Amino acid sequence: MNRLISTQVSRRSVLGAGLATAGVLAMPSILRAQDKSLKVGVYGGYFKKSFDEHVFPDFTKATGIAVESVAEPTGEAWLVQLEQAAKAGQAPADLSMMSQTSTLKGQSTELWTPLDTSKFKHYGDLLPRFINKYPDGRVAGIGAVAWWITLVSNTDVYKEAPTSWAAFWDKANEDKLGLLALASNSFLLEVTAKTFMGGTNALDTEEGLNKAFEKLAEVKPNVRLWYRDEAQFEQALKSGEIPMGQYYHDVTGLAIADGFHVRTTFPKEGGIQDSGNWVLSRASTKVDEAHAFIDYMSQPSMQGVMSRKVGTTPTLKKEVLDLTPAEFASVSSDIEPIIPRYDLYTSKADWINQKWTELIVG
Amino acid sequence: MRREAPKSFADYTPLLFPGLMLVVFFVVPFSTMIAVSFFKRNPAGFYTPDFVIDNYARFLTTFFAGVLGFSLMLAVLVAVCCVSIAFPFTYLLTKRSRRAQTLWLVGLLSVLSLSEVIIGFAWSTLFSQTAGITNLFVALGLMDKPVALLPTFGAVLAGMIYQALPYTILVLYPALVRLDPTLLEAARTLGASPVKAFFNVVTPALRNTIVATLIMVFVFALGSYLLPQILGRPRHWTLSVLITDQAIYQSNMPFAAAMAVFLVLISLALVGLTLLVGRRENAL
Repeated sequence: MNRLISTQVSRRSVLGAGLATAGVLAMPSILRAQDKSLKVGVYGGYFKKSFDEHVFPDFTKATGIAVESVAEPTGEAWLVQLEQAAKAGQAPADLSMMSQTSTLKGQSTELWTPLDTSKFKHYGDLLPRFINKYPDGRVAGIGAVAWWITLVSNTDVYKEAPTSWAAFWDKANEDKLGLLALASNSFLLEVTAKTFMGGTNALDTEEGLNKAFEKLAEVKPNVRLWYRDEAQFEQALKSGEIPMGQYYHDVTGLAIADGFHVRTTFPKEGGIQDSGNWVLSRASTKVDEAHAFIDYMSQPSMQGVMSRKVGTTPTLKKEVLDLTPAEFASVSSDIEPIIPRYDLYTSKADWINQKWTELIVG
Repeated sequence: MRREAPKSFADYTPLLFPGLMLVVFFVVPFSTMIAVSFFKRNPAGFYTPDFVIDNYARFLTTFFAGVLGFSLMLAVLVAVCCVSIAFPFTYLLTKRSRRAQTLWLVGLLSVLSLSEVIIGFAWSTLFSQTAGITNLFVALGLMDKPVALLPTFGAVLAGMIYQALPYTILVLYPALVRLDPTLLEAARTLGASPVKAFFNVVTPALRNTIVATLIMVFVFALGSYLLPQILGRPRHWTLSVLITDQAIYQSNMPFAAAMAVFLVLISLALVGLTLLVGRRENAL
């Protein structure tokens, strides 16, 4: 449509003709064709609110590209929607925040447009774990936000902060825990492996996985709630109804700031570091705008803003950041993180899912 | 009024619209689902059109049989409880003044405006230890200390009955309001007490309505997937919860579709069986 306007008829004549043709007026894309815009999918709720407030307006000011933010559900629902839409040539969002597992799954159908890294000024400063590549080396996604899942507890019920993930296995905590309900978002297999089996490499073999499942089964009597929906657990944690569990470090930090009696602890085995990528749907035509956005977001100053205002962990090397040590400590930790074994959730997805479901339901 | 059998094509035209709707909103989606249930799953991504029975084979285990059995049991229990509560309630309601009836019905309709999420969270607060009804019992001196009433099977059942009850009443209401009052008058004249007349005259007269309502609530309850998650433990999760897990969280559409097809077939079989039994009893 852009070409139609620039080469054959002027914008004005299109508008003139449009007055006579209701059909043309019904397509606002023609009227707005010269405005640069980008639809960006961000996790609904807290992330969307923060991005709408602290990120998008400044980006539009700096680049002239208008942003329409789309609330996307977590989990794989958004991946499924993007895939279905792309088959029909549609992109519900051009750029989306996408979990590591979903990014890998999208790769298998070439859902992501490969990114041209020469357009990112700070590409070299990104930590390698925040660059997601196709098997042949093309870049499928660039780290968007990173966050921690830590050991959280209610300070009224637990006067002393727990220090290790092993607290989940403590018989004294019977019926007191809230844990995430899926293998692929709780990463409890990795936690089990790091805490009791010497590291996540123990999960390389089926034998190791079986051992981890066995150990994890011991946690079951302590779990009161296996949650899919964050609000369900957050409410119960704040009130002390379910006084311990795993939860997001950033959101817990906000609850502390609001005066709720909760705390978040990086256990000595490390917190779980999960992250999301910016990925570009192959159905999107806004390739340049998308690159401009990723470039803007990957600047050290923007990563600083994100850490201070949104509470996410920077995706760039610590040296290039403008964060003070105290600011850095509030969004991260010097303890080596537990990095989830995303490969397991694509290569052995169904096997793990089946074992997991039988473990918690059975 | 005498009905004539339709003769020309034009006589059938009133059927076109409902038929078309049935095709668009039921036949097409359901056929798509059946087709997808035979597709091949690619664990690293989505699925490819194919004809494999792996998805059904995976379902045929004692584990899924247990979950299916629990879901059916829960739905039957919800249906029986709802009708046992709603039938006498609606009967008594039809004996009230017109104005009282309207007020009750408006109240019930407004309950329908609550989403499953709101109902779930409201009941989870009500059953909680920190803010729940047991605190009230403690204040009244009925209990020593507040306890959590969830996650339990009872909490799931209570939530689901609450959700389905307005539908049950609204389905029963027209039949009960139209019930011929002379039936009752005859029973009373012949010396039956009001309670006896209710059980021996009203209930049998409306047996078909009751069976139809049971089936409707059963089907309604079978689809519930949020309340068992919010109010129950994992062992109280219905098959719908696992279908959602597969479809939304594992993007395993073929397996989710196979489970859904299985659930539909089993519930259709149960509904058919109920109708068959009902017809045989009527024939006697």
